[in-house]
Amino acid sequence: MNAIHHETDLLKLYEQLLLIRAYENAIVNGSAAGRMPGTCTSVGQEAAAVGAINALRAEDLILTNHRSAGHLLARGADPGRMLAEVMGRRDGYCKGRSGSLHISVKALGVVLTTTIVGGELSLAPGVALAQRMHNRPGIVACFFGDGAACEGSFHESLNLAALWNLPVLYICENNQWQAFVHRREAMSREQVTDWGAGYGIPVSSVDGNDVGAVLDATRQAAAQVRESGRPALLEVLTYRTRGHLEPDDQGYVDKAELAAWLARDPIALCRDRLLAKGRITDSEAAALAARVDARIAAAVAFAEASPYPSVEELTLDVYA
Amino acid sequence: MPTLTLHDAVGAALAEEMRRDGNVIAFGEGIATKRHELVTEFGALRVRNTPLAEGIIAGTAVGAAAGGLRPVADLLFAPFLCYAMDELVNSAGKLRYMSGGQFSFPLVALAMTGAGWGVGAQHNHNVEAWFVHSPGLKVVMPSTPADAKGLLKAAIRDDNPVVFLLDIGLLYQPGAVPDGELLIPLGQAHTVRHGKDVSLISYGKTVHHCLKAAETLAADGIDAEIVDLRSLKPLDEAAILASARKTGRVVIVHEANRRCGVGAEIAALIAEQAFNSLKAPIRRLGGPDAPVPASYPLEQATVPQADAIATAARALCRQLHA
Repeated sequence: MNAIHHETDLLKLYEQLLLIRAYENAIVNGSAAGRMPGTCTSVGQEAAAVGAINALRAEDLILTNHRSAGHLLARGADPGRMLAEVMGRRDGYCKGRSGSLHISVKALGVVLTTTIVGGELSLAPGVALAQRMHNRPGIVACFFGDGAACEGSFHESLNLAALWNLPVLYICENNQWQAFVHRREAMSREQVTDWGAGYGIPVSSVDGNDVGAVLDATRQAAAQVRESGRPALLEVLTYRTRGHLEPDDQGYVDKAELAAWLARDPIALCRDRLLAKGRITDSEAAALAARVDARIAAAVAFAEASPYPSVEELTLDVYA
Repeated sequence: MPTLTLHDAVGAALAEEMRRDGNVIAFGEGIATKRHELVTEFGALRVRNTPLAEGIIAGTAVGAAAGGLRPVADLLFAPFLCYAMDELVNSAGKLRYMSGGQFSFPLVALAMTGAGWGVGAQHNHNVEAWFVHSPGLKVVMPSTPADAKGLLKAAIRDDNPVVFLLDIGLLYQPGAVPDGELLIPLGQAHTVRHGKDVSLISYGKTVHHCLKAAETLAADGIDAEIVDLRSLKPLDEAAILASARKTGRVVIVHEANRRCGVGAEIAALIAEQAFNSLKAPIRRLGGPDAPVPASYPLEQATVPQADAIATAARALCRQLHA
């Protein structure tokens, strides 16, 4: 079992934000250069992942989706093994069978990652039911987007978890985009919390670009779930500042809206706060960024050196 | 030997497995109502009614299985599985492979199907081939109460997701079920009648139609062999090929739409691996490419009946002697 260690110190959280950005940029660049496949990034949403994951406990379980690099890295996944997976290599967490979009790491409690939008929501009550019936203490954190909230599985999942009193913390990362469609074109309500409230569960929302605020809000919501044994919904308001699937020219994006969110970049916000508090100097920030970049460069090298799986493995693990 | 209906044999299998293994739970559309004796014995936490929402029922089974339980999910009627396709096909069937073998999904999805109640096409649609075509899933369809019990017990113990289809027309037919532990491994066909002239390969209620046809054929001096597949994936290829090689004449019979039905796979298997043993072309009898109507005579007309099976078998035998 990998040691799962969560951070609360803002400087450590900042380092995780940088790591996620560098990791995803490596894939974006690798993809543009033809060395890696395209991917769905979470650029702009890093604080949502880092704040929420670090508010969890080691025994908690995570269900996530195709924009999951942040969740995995914040939980302590090795970027080298993740990149090996992205590149379809043998050292990938899923032996190269998942690719970038569905990396599961059981040892880190990342139970399942599904790229069927809403799939994670359909699995959450069952995972929580198993926790409850085995008297295990961990709650289930289910990460999904505003797009998934428009799937029937969101509504079926919340109804069942509320009905059966299951310990699920639903974390909606509302990034304003549902693939190539803006949230306002697809949702009858402004916020997903409006729907959650209809199921009679506690709902809250938070500025998803403020990592400290996300950490606090998630701790509060997780504590509610732990104490009551019932579900809760936290909506994390953020913005996907890159396209749906790399490469993507974002020709469909409102430039003014994008600029407004870029001006509230979660990494810049966190760095400014650290500078203001005197926790870090400009040169220390630059040195930290360089260390993170070096770590990702080493991860890329590790992934590129990892061999492809043998073709004989093609039909392994289909059946237990 | 006690006599049980197929419905009660399913209940007996559930009770025995729930008694044996505390991880076995059952939930679904009305299961706690219809099988209240299970609630009485195992409690309301292990036997639960659910909303009529097949997607979340199946998804909850997948999640619970990933978490170490062995859920049996009752989805009522097979056409309702359309709402559960994502959870069964994309999650249960694929996530073990996609995770590099980190997870397994020991679950059973129960659903009723087939002609007999005149329930119409949105309650009666023999969809087994869809799941045979989906990697990671096993598919079972028993023809007797004893097989239903033994196969369901094996399916519950299996570490893979199993789609377990109950033939509506057989559900309340009584049959002998042996006392004591009865486990029938998935992937083992049952040769229910041995014969030398023609192989009738079938599953579900049409096995009984084959048995009836065999009696008529015997009167004509044709000795039919009947292979009940019982599980469609894994498929007992060895039993199919052995029978085809033995008789050299094959009629494949099922109620589901003939087009791309399981019978097509069996015919291809025989053509590829036992062609030299064939004395006549392979015949397939199956339902039409049409939704199943509610009207009783029309519904029955979608199902290969004993007369049609006997006629097909006779034609193959004549072809040979000509």
